[in-house]
Amino acid sequence: MPAAAEASQLKRGEAGRAGGDVRSDLHVSVEERASGGVEIELRSRVALYYGDNIRQQVRDVLHALGVEHTFVGIVDEGALPFVIAARVEAAVRRAGLGNQKSALPEALPLPAISARDRLRRSRLYLPGNEPKYFVNAGLHGPDAVILDLEDSVHHAEKDAARLLVRNALRAVDFGAAERMVRINQLPLGMADLEEIVPQSPDLILVPKVETAAQMVEVSDAITRSAKQSGVTRPICQMPILESALGIENAFAIATASERIAGITIGLEDYTADLGVVKTATGNESLFARMRVVNAAHAAHVQAIDSVYGDVADMEGLLRWGEAARAMGFEGMGCIHPMQIEIIHRAFAPSPAELEKALKIVAAYEDAQARGLGVVSLGSKMIDAPVVQRALKLVERAREMGLGPGEASSAGGGEA
Amino acid sequence: MSAITTSELVTNAAGRRVPTVVNGREQIAYTGVNGHRPSGNKYGPPIRTNSDYPANGDKRVPDLATALRLCGLHDGMTISSHHHLRNGDRVALTALQTAAGMGAKDLVWFPSASFPCHEPVIDLMKSGAVHHIEGSMNGPLGDYCSHGQMRGLGVLRSHGGRWQAVQDGEVRIDIAVIAAPTADFFGNADGSHGKSACGSLGFALTDSVYADRVIVVTDNLVPFPCIPCQIQGNNIDYVVEVESIGDPAKIVSGTTQITRSPDRLRISELVARFLRDSGIMRNGFSFQAGAGGIALAFVDHLARMMKEANVKASFVRGGSTKYLVDMLKNGQTCFILDGQTFDLDAVRSIASDPRHVPTSPFTSYNFHGKGNFASIVDACVLGATEVDLNFNANVVTHSDGRLLHGIGGWQNCLFAGCTILAVPSFRDRIPVIVDEVTTITGPGELIDVIATERGIAINPKRQDLLDAVKGKGLPIRTIEAIKAEVEQICGGQPAKPRLGDRPVAVVKWVDGTVLDTVWQVLDDNPYAAKVAGGE
Repeated sequence: MPAAAEASQLKRGEAGRAGGDVRSDLHVSVEERASGGVEIELRSRVALYYGDNIRQQVRDVLHALGVEHTFVGIVDEGALPFVIAARVEAAVRRAGLGNQKSALPEALPLPAISARDRLRRSRLYLPGNEPKYFVNAGLHGPDAVILDLEDSVHHAEKDAARLLVRNALRAVDFGAAERMVRINQLPLGMADLEEIVPQSPDLILVPKVETAAQMVEVSDAITRSAKQSGVTRPICQMPILESALGIENAFAIATASERIAGITIGLEDYTADLGVVKTATGNESLFARMRVVNAAHAAHVQAIDSVYGDVADMEGLLRWGEAARAMGFEGMGCIHPMQIEIIHRAFAPSPAELEKALKIVAAYEDAQARGLGVVSLGSKMIDAPVVQRALKLVERAREMGLGPGEASSAGGGEA
Repeated sequence: MSAITTSELVTNAAGRRVPTVVNGREQIAYTGVNGHRPSGNKYGPPIRTNSDYPANGDKRVPDLATALRLCGLHDGMTISSHHHLRNGDRVALTALQTAAGMGAKDLVWFPSASFPCHEPVIDLMKSGAVHHIEGSMNGPLGDYCSHGQMRGLGVLRSHGGRWQAVQDGEVRIDIAVIAAPTADFFGNADGSHGKSACGSLGFALTDSVYADRVIVVTDNLVPFPCIPCQIQGNNIDYVVEVESIGDPAKIVSGTTQITRSPDRLRISELVARFLRDSGIMRNGFSFQAGAGGIALAFVDHLARMMKEANVKASFVRGGSTKYLVDMLKNGQTCFILDGQTFDLDAVRSIASDPRHVPTSPFTSYNFHGKGNFASIVDACVLGATEVDLNFNANVVTHSDGRLLHGIGGWQNCLFAGCTILAVPSFRDRIPVIVDEVTTITGPGELIDVIATERGIAINPKRQDLLDAVKGKGLPIRTIEAIKAEVEQICGGQPAKPRLGDRPVAVVKWVDGTVLDTVWQVLDDNPYAAKVAGGE
């Protein structure tokens, strides 16, 4: 009994997942030792290839965390190094060991700074505690990835997911995709920002926003954390309006902070708030979606639509996306990489639209060159707003990789 | 044991050390692609006389034991079987167990492929009834052989190489046991009908012609004549009727599902776009793809692109599935030339559509044929476990050296106009592109394109393909660049597992020469063994 009693007072912690159906993750358990240094027991699918590598990495991580004496048990399903580091750190923190420092993986060079009004047709959601989806996400060509700490992460795993997402922001190449993080609702979201902001995410998605004050609070927290950690790159915000109150306050929210690049809507929670069924046609949310579009345009930010939940229904997705574009949205979320190309097709101008816009732009440039104040195409005079719309459409089409005659083959951009 | 310990090793044209003697037979080391030109006459089976067979044509005997006894079963014989019933097969194991029960020892099993259902053959090897296996080994059989527990050396051959070995007389089949979903009392047999229908019986054709004695086992005896028939009764000695030759649910898959893995879908789409944008996809072209996840999705993508471009294929080669059958029905291909029939839609099609034609490794792949189908095919999409910087590829062993897959038609298909290996750039954390493959199964000079989710590498020998896809928006990269990127992601190059210096199996090239050696596995990783095989 005395031995057992003594053992029960040792600090223990575990993190991560292993088992037959798990891939690219690992389970780590750490147990405090009074002396004897670090002992590692490793079972790994890739032990023959990376066993020594994993042992060395675990020692390095423990050293960085200030843990000197401990037993570490690992069951590894082929996790990549940034995952191993995050899981070991999570287990150490849960055990209450270490010096409260972080063990950050080596950082890749940061991608180009993301423009506030950049193309955001598709934003691919990645569950924040499922590392297997991270590493190839950028290959599928979404305009953005959303590393999600909110709904896709179990309450008990929020701390571990936060470290995993933090490490992913440093170590994973997401290609040309904008790097977004969806934090938790406040106040939990504040702890997310502390870990995430120092890694220079491009944009913070804030869920279930109902008031402008919430966006100000997040914006101030970003400013504080960025200042502390020396981050100078711009970090945008995008509120998700998911309640009747949020929709009513759409304009105030959209104008709450300079950081806001767009506003979006979450239809699952919104329809639940109304107490109605979410349908395929979406009539029940027509007002809310139009309200978002109108508020966004009034605030000069982007209007972004919700996700389309049926991954198997590509035709339904295309119809939804085309309707969303016609309503004034500039993009929507995706929950499977297969949706990306369809969404890009839905948000691309039609060949006829593009051709007409190109003609108007040519006429405008011609008028400019000749010093004429009036733009005309054939016998028709073209109004200034029409010229502006055509200029914007042509610019967007170019960003989508479309040129004259290419509008029908819109696809994901290849590196 | 003696065959293993006394054999010397020589270095072949692929730079691999290979034994000069395998299971007591002298071997020729690999001399390069098209380097080996055997001469002389093909092997011929013993002369038979029709008057020795029943005049009324009824060759039925009561059971398999009787048939084996009448075939003169004795120790050391080579018994062959075929894998058209795939993992549902009950005949091969029953035949070996029956022979063992009759007291036979030291048999050589010569299957066209083995499946997990054949695991109990391990017990027959332990008891001494079966000496060794010449044929594909994976799963538990692969582990048994990989750990050096089999008495003889495993001999891995392609489907075409199996035919070549029989025609060369390198393998003399004493008794062939052919599982037939339909047959008559004369031995005419067919695979496209009956409760155990499996489609093509092509793998059994060689054995029916060259084996000393041939037994047809059926669970669907029909009145003479069995029409259509793929196996001629004139080559058959005995017919055995049984309750069931196999489990229909495991013979064919009900519906073949396309992968939902985004990475695999991306690879398959890149392959289809490559064929389209390189101009290989044009009116009258032909292609072959297997039934793996990536291959199926590839066919789906290609069919869509062919429709968009209004392009029709002259023929496609199966492994046939619903996806090829749909192309046939939609008029997107004139014919399916089918080596193996994988799902219910394909079995129904081969039974009812005269444009869906069963073929055998003789027509498709045989080294001693006067030409073969494989080199007429414009493009072929295959998998691999490893690829090296010279485009050499491995399909038989895992990176840890364990036997993982048979060769199947893989080597033979490399002779297609454009051979594309569609592979993920790493599995779990294990890079697929390596400095040197564990086991060479295919020489890089025959492998044109490696398509991964991180980009497409074209063999520098194929400048024509490099030119054809230039400026088409495909992610064309060097194989070195993809390898470097993957090693960065995986945290450096993987360590090379230690392998023993004792051969446990050899890999034959399509011409019968020895291409590489499979070495005994020393480092065991029970955890990997437990979870592997999710491919």
